[in-house]
Amino acid sequence: MSNDTPNPAPEDKPQTPEGKPQTPEAAPGVPEALAHVNPKVDGSELIRFDRVTKRFGDHVVLDDLEFTVASGKHVTLIGPSGSGKTTILRLLMTLLKPDEGTISVGGRYLTHEERNGKLVPAGEKHIREVRKNIGMVFQQFNLFPNMRVLRNITEAPVHVLGLSKEEAEERARELLELVGLTEHVDKYPSQLSGGQQQRVAIARALAMRPQVLLLDEVTSALDPELVAGVLDVLRDIAHTTDITMLCVTHEMNFARDISDDVLMFNEGRVIESGSPEKMFNDPDHPRTREFLSAVL
Amino acid sequence: MTWPLFTEWFLPGVWITVQVTLGSAALALLVSFVIGIARSSRLWIVRFVAGCYFEVFRGTSALVFMLWMAFAFPLMFGWVFVPMAAGILALGLTYGAYGSEIVRGSLQSVPAAQREAGIALSFTRTQRLRRIELPQAWPEMVPPFNNLLIELLKGTALVSVISVADMTFAANLSRLASNESAPAYTLLLVSYFVLAFVMTRGMRLVERRAKAGIGQRPEPRRGLRAARKPLPKGESAQAGPQSAGGVG
Amino acid sequence: MNWDWDVVADFMPRFWDGVLVTLQALVLGSLLAFSLGLVWAIAQRSKVKLIRWPVVGITEFIRNTPLLVQLFFLFYVVPEWGPSMSPLVTGVIGLGLHYSTYTAEVYRAGIDGVPVGQWEAATALSLPRTRTWTAVILPQAIRRVVPALGNYVVAMLKDSPMIAVIGAFEMLGEARAFSNETFTFEAYTIVGIAFIVIAYPASLLIRAMERRLVK
Repeated sequence: MSNDTPNPAPEDKPQTPEGKPQTPEAAPGVPEALAHVNPKVDGSELIRFDRVTKRFGDHVVLDDLEFTVASGKHVTLIGPSGSGKTTILRLLMTLLKPDEGTISVGGRYLTHEERNGKLVPAGEKHIREVRKNIGMVFQQFNLFPNMRVLRNITEAPVHVLGLSKEEAEERARELLELVGLTEHVDKYPSQLSGGQQQRVAIARALAMRPQVLLLDEVTSALDPELVAGVLDVLRDIAHTTDITMLCVTHEMNFARDISDDVLMFNEGRVIESGSPEKMFNDPDHPRTREFLSAVL
Repeated sequence: MTWPLFTEWFLPGVWITVQVTLGSAALALLVSFVIGIARSSRLWIVRFVAGCYFEVFRGTSALVFMLWMAFAFPLMFGWVFVPMAAGILALGLTYGAYGSEIVRGSLQSVPAAQREAGIALSFTRTQRLRRIELPQAWPEMVPPFNNLLIELLKGTALVSVISVADMTFAANLSRLASNESAPAYTLLLVSYFVLAFVMTRGMRLVERRAKAGIGQRPEPRRGLRAARKPLPKGESAQAGPQSAGGVG
Repeated sequence: MNWDWDVVADFMPRFWDGVLVTLQALVLGSLLAFSLGLVWAIAQRSKVKLIRWPVVGITEFIRNTPLLVQLFFLFYVVPEWGPSMSPLVTGVIGLGLHYSTYTAEVYRAGIDGVPVGQWEAATALSLPRTRTWTAVILPQAIRRVVPALGNYVVAMLKDSPMIAVIGAFEMLGEARAFSNETFTFEAYTIVGIAFIVIAYPASLLIRAMERRLVK
C-alpha cells in the first residue's frame, strides 16, 4: 500500500545498520528478552504442508497445497484476498482443521498422530504439545480485556508453561521494554491505542518463546500513523533473532525488508516463490506481476 | 396491623423473606453456572442432559412445584421437607434454569477471537473457560442476574402458601386476626419494593466492580431493572424477557 | 411409591375443569396485559411530565412487587372501598395488570427499535401524530415484539396457579381441593407435569417465531 518507487535497487534492502545476522552470536544487537530464541538455524525443515486441502462449503480455499519452511526463515505470503493466505496461518494455529493432507511442525504431525502405523486425528493433548511451539499475532490483537497488560503477557507462561509468577513477570517486563511499552504495564487493553495493543500482543506471543511466529495482517486494523511503530518492532525482532516467521501482510516494503522468501498465492496454490529481490523486481508469473503492480 | 403482630410476626417475617431470597439465590446461582456451562459443553450427552433440565424447569410453575414438594413428595417418598427447605429448593431449582440461560448467553457473547487467542497461547479448554471466557462473560451477566434476583424476591412470597412465616404470611395473619387488610397489604407491598430497591443498589455495586475489572464503565440507566437493549436478535432475544418473566 | 391410576381417573374430570379455567385466565389476562401495556408504553413516552412520571412510578412499583401480594390486595383490600370481584375476575385483572408492566417494556424496546428515519419521514410527510403511531411506528414495532410477548404469555401461564390462592379453581386449585379431600398425591403430580407439557411446545413455537420475525 506504499507508493514507493516500484523497483528499488536491491542494495537498498538492509535498512538496519547491521543487516540480517546469520546466527544469534553474530548479532551484537540482540535484545536481552530475545536472547533465548536460538533454534537450530541449520536450515532444516521446520514446517511442512503435505497435500493440504481446505474447503469452506463448496469453496476450495487451499487446493492440494505443498510447501515447506526452513527453520529460522522469514516467509511472507502474498496474494489477492481470498487466496488462502490467512487460512494457512489459521491451520498452523489449529484454529482450523485441514480437510485433507497433513501439516507437520518440527517433524511432528500437528493435527494427526501415528498409532499402530496408521495416521489418526490427534487428541487435544498432542495438538497442544505441538502447538506450544507456535505463536500468533492477530489482525485484531485479541488481547484479553479482563486482564491488565502485564497479566495478558504472563497468563499463558504461568498457566501453560508452568513458569513462576516472578519469572513470567520478569520476562514480560523485558518484552515490554523491547516493544517500548514499559510505562503501560498496569493499564487495561481498552486504555491503549491500537498500535500499543498490537505491540502488547506481540510481546504476549513472544513470551511463550515460540519457534514459529505467525503474523496475520498485524497492521491492517491500525490507523495509518500507528503502523510504523508496530512494523519497527517486528523488523527489530526479525533482524535480531532467528525465530521463524510466517507473515501475511499488505505492507510490501516491510515484506521486502524482513523476508527470506516470498510466496505468491493464487486460488489456493503457491504459483511462485523466491527471494524478495526476485519476487518484487522480476517475477516470472504473469499473475504475480499483475498483483504486484496493483499493490505496489 | 396491631403492634404485637407487627413485632412478633411481621419483622421476623422480613428476616425470613431475606433468608429465603438469599438461600434460593445461592442455589439458583450454582444451578445457573453448572447448567449454563454444561449447556455449552462439547459433549453432546452433557449438553442433552443439561438441556433437559432447562426445558423441564423452565416449564415448571414454581408454586405448583413448591406445593408438590411440600405435600405430594412426602406421600410419594416418605420424606418430609422442612417447609422453608421445600420453598428454597423449589425457587432455586426453577430460577436456576432461567439463570443458566443468562450464563449460556453471556458465554456465547464472548467474541470467538478471544477463544482463538486462548488457543494460540495453548490454554486448555478448562483454562480458557476459567481465565478468559467466564471473567469476560461475568460483567455481562450481572444486569440480567439483577433482574432475576428481583423476580426471585417476588417469588419468595409463594412460600407463605406452604406456611413459611415470611412477611406475606404475617400480612395474611393480620387480615385474619383483625379483618382490616388495607394497612397490612400496603405495608407489605412497600416492603417488597424497598427490598427490591436495596438489592438493585447492591447489584449495581457488583456490576461496577465487575466492569471495573475489565476496564469498563457501567452504563447509566433508569428504574430498578437493567435497561433492555432494543430487542437483540436471535436466541438472545429470548433471554431478556425470559429472565425477567415470573416463574411462580 | 404407590401410584394409583384410579385416583388419577377420579381426578381427571376436575382436571379438565381446571384446564378450562386456567386457559380462560390466561387468554383474558394476556389480552389485558397486551392492551394495558401499550397504554403504559405510549404514556411513558409522553412529553407531559404529569403523565410520564406517575406512569413510570406505578409500573415500576407493580413490576417490583409480588403478583401474589397484588392478588391479595385486589381481592381483600379493594372491595373495602370498591367493587367486589369473583376470584377469577380478580385473577384476570391481577395477571393482566402485573404483566402489562412487562409488556410495556417490550413495546418500549420495540418502539425504540424503529429507526429514527421513520419518525423523520412521517414528519416530512406531515402525517398527523396519531397516524404516525398507528400506520408507521406501531406496525413496525409490534412485528418485532411478538416473540417477546409470547414469552410473557408462557410466564403468565406459570404464574396463573397463584389465583388458586384467592380461591379460583384453575388446575392447581382443583388439584389442591382434590388432594385435601382424598389425601393423595397424584393430582399435584399430574398438574405439575401438565404445566411442563403445555409450556414446552409453547416455547418451541415462540423460538420458531423468533427465527422468522426477528431478523
